[in-house]
Amino acid sequence: MDTLLLSRIQFGANISFHILFPTITIALGWVLLFFKLRYNATGEARWMAAYRFWVKVFALSFAMGVVSGITMSFQFGTNWPGFMQTVGNIAGPLLAYEVLTAFFLEAAFLGIMLFGFSRVPGWLHTLATFLVAFGTTMSAFWILVLNSWMQTPAGFEMRDGVAHATDWWAIVFNPSMPYRLTHMLIASGLTVAFLIAGLSALRWLWGDRGAEVRTTLRFGVWMGALLIPVQIAVGDMHGHNTLEHQPQKVAAMEANWETRPNVPLVLFALPDEAARENRFEIGIPNGASLILKWSPEGVVPGLNDFVAEDGTPLHPPVAPVFFSFRVMVGIGVLMLALSWAGAWLMRGGRGVEGLPRPVLWGFAGMAFSGWVAVLAGWYTTEIGRQPWLVSGILRTDQAVAAVPAPMVAGTLAAYLAVYAVLLLAYLGALTYLARKAARGEEVATPETPLAPEATVRAIQPAE
Amino acid sequence: MDLFGDPAHWLPLAFAALMGLSILVYVVLDGFDLGVGILFPFADKAEKDRMVASIGPFWDANETWLVMAIGLLLVAFPAAHGAILTALYLPVAVMLVGLILRGVAFEFRVKAPLRHKRAWDGAFFAGSLMTALAQGFMLGLYVLGLDYTPAHVAFAFLTAGALAVAYSFIGATWLILKTDGALQRKAVSWARGGIWGMVLGLVAISAASPLVSPRIWDKWFSVPEVFLLAPLPMMSAALIALLWIGLRRLPARDDSFAWFPFAAGTALFVLAFFGLAYSFYPYVVPERLTIFEAASAPESLFIILLGAAVVMPVIAGYSILAYTVFRGKATDLRYD
Ligand code: HDD
Ligand code: HEM
Ligand code: HEM
Repeated sequence: MDTLLLSRIQFGANISFHILFPTITIALGWVLLFFKLRYNATGEARWMAAYRFWVKVFALSFAMGVVSGITMSFQFGTNWPGFMQTVGNIAGPLLAYEVLTAFFLEAAFLGIMLFGFSRVPGWLHTLATFLVAFGTTMSAFWILVLNSWMQTPAGFEMRDGVAHATDWWAIVFNPSMPYRLTHMLIASGLTVAFLIAGLSALRWLWGDRGAEVRTTLRFGVWMGALLIPVQIAVGDMHGHNTLEHQPQKVAAMEANWETRPNVPLVLFALPDEAARENRFEIGIPNGASLILKWSPEGVVPGLNDFVAEDGTPLHPPVAPVFFSFRVMVGIGVLMLALSWAGAWLMRGGRGVEGLPRPVLWGFAGMAFSGWVAVLAGWYTTEIGRQPWLVSGILRTDQAVAAVPAPMVAGTLAAYLAVYAVLLLAYLGALTYLARKAARGEEVATPETPLAPEATVRAIQPAE
Repeated sequence: MDLFGDPAHWLPLAFAALMGLSILVYVVLDGFDLGVGILFPFADKAEKDRMVASIGPFWDANETWLVMAIGLLLVAFPAAHGAILTALYLPVAVMLVGLILRGVAFEFRVKAPLRHKRAWDGAFFAGSLMTALAQGFMLGLYVLGLDYTPAHVAFAFLTAGALAVAYSFIGATWLILKTDGALQRKAVSWARGGIWGMVLGLVAISAASPLVSPRIWDKWFSVPEVFLLAPLPMMSAALIALLWIGLRRLPARDDSFAWFPFAAGTALFVLAFFGLAYSFYPYVVPERLTIFEAASAPESLFIILLGAAVVMPVIAGYSILAYTVFRGKATDLRYD
C-alpha cells in the first residue's frame, strides 16, 4: 500500500477513535449539569447518586477524548503538511480559538468538577460542571466550523495557491455549518440518551431496583424519544443543504447514476462502479425525487454528471457512501421505534415496571448504537467529500506527507493495537461500574483508604 | 495595526514568544507530572495513590500546554510545522502512544476491577517514561539540526535519558512540596539522585550546540556577548549548588523550605530555556527556516493574537484558581 492510502487509513482510524469520546462528553456534560441542578432544587439523593455514577463515565470518556485528541493535533503536521500550507490561514485561527476558548476551560474546571465537591462551595462546583459542559460544546463548535468549511468553503480568496481569509463571518457561518453543528450536537445527545438508557436497563435486568436506576432509565428513554424526531428532521434539512452544495455526494448517497426525474428511493443495491449501475436494486418508486425535490417529477442529480472528459470520476467512491448512509438512517429508525415504544409502555403511572424484558434487552443492546450511527454519518460525510480534502481547493493526494510507507504502516499498526486494547478496557470498565452499582456497592474505588471524616462526608454529602 | 511598525516583522516575533512560553510552561508543568510517573516503580502501593492524587486535578490542564504549543507552531509557522513533524515522525508517534497510555491509566487504575490495577500502574509508568524519552530524543535531534546521522542519533539518546531523569527530578521536587512523612523523605532522596540528570543534560546541550553550529558558537563566544551572557551559566551553577545543599537538609522539621527545590528546579528549566531560545533565534527549523520565512499571513496571525490577548489572562486566572483549590498537601482524591 502507498503512503497516501496508509495515511488516509491512519487519519480515519485516529479520528474515528477520537470522535467516539467527545460524542459522549459533549452531551453528558449537560446531562450532569441537569442532574446536579435537580439535586440542588430537590435535595433528593437519587439525583446525586445519578450524578456520582455518570460523572465516572464522564471522567473516563474525557480522558480517552483528551489523549486521542492530542494525537489528532499532531496528525496534521505528521501526515498532512500540505493541508496547513494551503489553508493554514483559515484552519489555523479556528484551531487556535478551539484551544483558547475550549480546551483550557475544560481542563482547568474538570479537576474542580471531579474532585472539588467537598473542597469548594456548592455553587462553584455547579459552575465548574457548567463550564466543562460549555467547554466541550465550544470545542465541538470550532472543530465543526473547520470541518464544514472544508466541505463548503466560503469567505476566502486564493493568492499564489494559498487561501487567504477575506471574511471571517462567512468562514465561520459557512453554508453547511449550522446544519452540521446542530446534527452533531443532537447526535451526541442521542448517543448519551441510549447509553444511559442501555446501562440502566442492564442494571435493572441484573436486579437493581434502586431509585437511581429508575430515574436514569426513564430519563434516558425520554431523552431519546424527544431527540430522535428532531434529529430526523434536521438530518433531512442537512441532506437538502448538501444537495445544494455537494450534489455529487447526494448522488452517491442515493446511488443514482443518471440525472433524471422519477428517481426511486433505493433501499438496497450493490452499486457497481465499473459498470456504472446498481445490481439487485430494491427501491420505492419516485421516493428519492419526493424526498429531495418534493415531487415525483423532481430531477435528481446523478453520478454520471461528475466524470471528467477522460473518464476519471470526479465523484466519491459510491459503495461506502451509499452503505454508511443507510447504516446511519437505519439506526435512526431503530432508535425511533425503540424509544417511542419505551415511552409509550411507561405511560401513565406504569413507569419502569411497564417495560417488558425484551424491550429492556433492546435498550441494553442499543447502548452503543449512537456510536455506530455517528461513525456511519461521518463516513458518509468524509468519504463523500473525496477526492477533495477541501472542496474545490485541495485534493487529498496533494496534502499528504512524503513519509516512507513502512513508517506510516508501522505507526498505524501501533495505534490500532493500542486503540483495540483501550476500547475493550473502556467497555469493560463501564460494564464493571454498572455491575458494581447493580450490586449496590459504593461505585467509587477510593483512591486512598478512607479517612474517617471523609466517610462521614460521603454519607452526608456536603453542600 | 501599523502602530508597532511592520506587522510582518513583529507578529512572527510575538508568536515565537507565545510559542516559547507555551513550551516552557509545558515542560515545567507536564515535566513534574511525567516525573511523578517515572518515579512510580520506586513507591509502594499507598504511596502510588498519593502520588497520583498530587497530580490528578492538574495533569489535563498541564497537557493542554502541549496542545497549545503545537497548535501555535501549526497556526503561526505552518511550513516549519510540517518540516519538523515529518522529520520527527517516529519519536512523535512514540510520545503519543506514551501520552495515551498514561492519560487513560489515571482513570482506569481506579475504575477498572481491582485486579487490573497493577497493570494500569505499569501502563502509567511506561507511558510517562516513553513520553519523556521521546521528548528528550526530539530535543536532541532538533538541537543538532534534525538529521539522522549515527552520531546525532547517539546524542539524541543521551538527551533522551537526561530529560527523563530531569523530569523525575522536578517530579520529586513537586512531591517534596505536596507530601509529608515517609513519602516526602523518599522524594528528597529521589531528587538528590535526579539532579545529576539535569546537570548532564544542561552540560551536554550547552556543549554540543555551539560545536555543531558555528553560528551558535559566534553568538555565545564573541566579545562582548560572552560577558553579557556569563550570568546565565553562572546563575545555573549557583542554583545547582544551592539545590545540592538544600537537598541535604530537607525535609525540615516544620516543613519550611519544602517549596524551594521545586522553585529552584523551575528556575533551572527557565534558564536552560532562555539559553536555547537565544541560540536558535531567529530560526524555527535550525539553520533552515527563520520565523519570518515560516510565518502565516499577518491578517490571520492578527486575529489569533487578538483572541489570545483577551483569553490568556482569563486562562491564567482560572489556572491559578484550580491550583488554589487543590493547594496544600495532597490527600485523598474523591468524587464527593
Ligand atoms: C446518533 C447519530 C445520528 C443519527 C440517528 C442520524 N444521524 Fe445523520 N449524521 C450524524 C449522526 C446521526 C453525524 C455523525 O453527526 C453526521 C456526520 C457529519 C455530521 O454533520 O453529522 C451525520 C451526517 C448526515 C448527513 C451528511 C451530510 C453531509 O455530510 O453533507 C446527512 C444527509 C444526514 N446525516 C441525514 C440523516 C438522516 C436523514 C437521519 C434520519 C434518520 C440521520 N441523519 C440520523
Ligand atoms: C471535524 C473535524 C474533522 C476534520 C478537520 C477532518 C479532516 C479530515 C482530513 C484531513 C482527512 C484526511 C484526508 C482524506 O483522506 O480525506 C479526513 C479523512 C477522513 N475522515 Fe475526517 N475530519 C474530521 C472529522 C471526522 C470524523 C469525526 C470522522 C469519523 C468518525 C472522520 C472520518 C474520516 C475518514 C473515514 C476519512 C478518510 C476518507 C477517505 O480517505 O476516503 N472525519 N478528514
Ligand atoms: C481533526 C480534527 C480534530 C483535532 C485536531 C482535535 C483535537 C482535540 C484535542 C487536542 C483534544 C484534547 C483537548 C484537551 O487537552 O483537553 C480534543 C478534545 C475534544 N474534541 Fe477533538 N479534535 C478533532 C476532531 C474533533 C471532532 C470531529 C469533534 C466533535 C465533533 C471533537 C470534539 C472534541 C471535544 C468535545 C473535546 C473535549 C472533550 C473530550 O476530550 O472528550 N474533536 N480534540
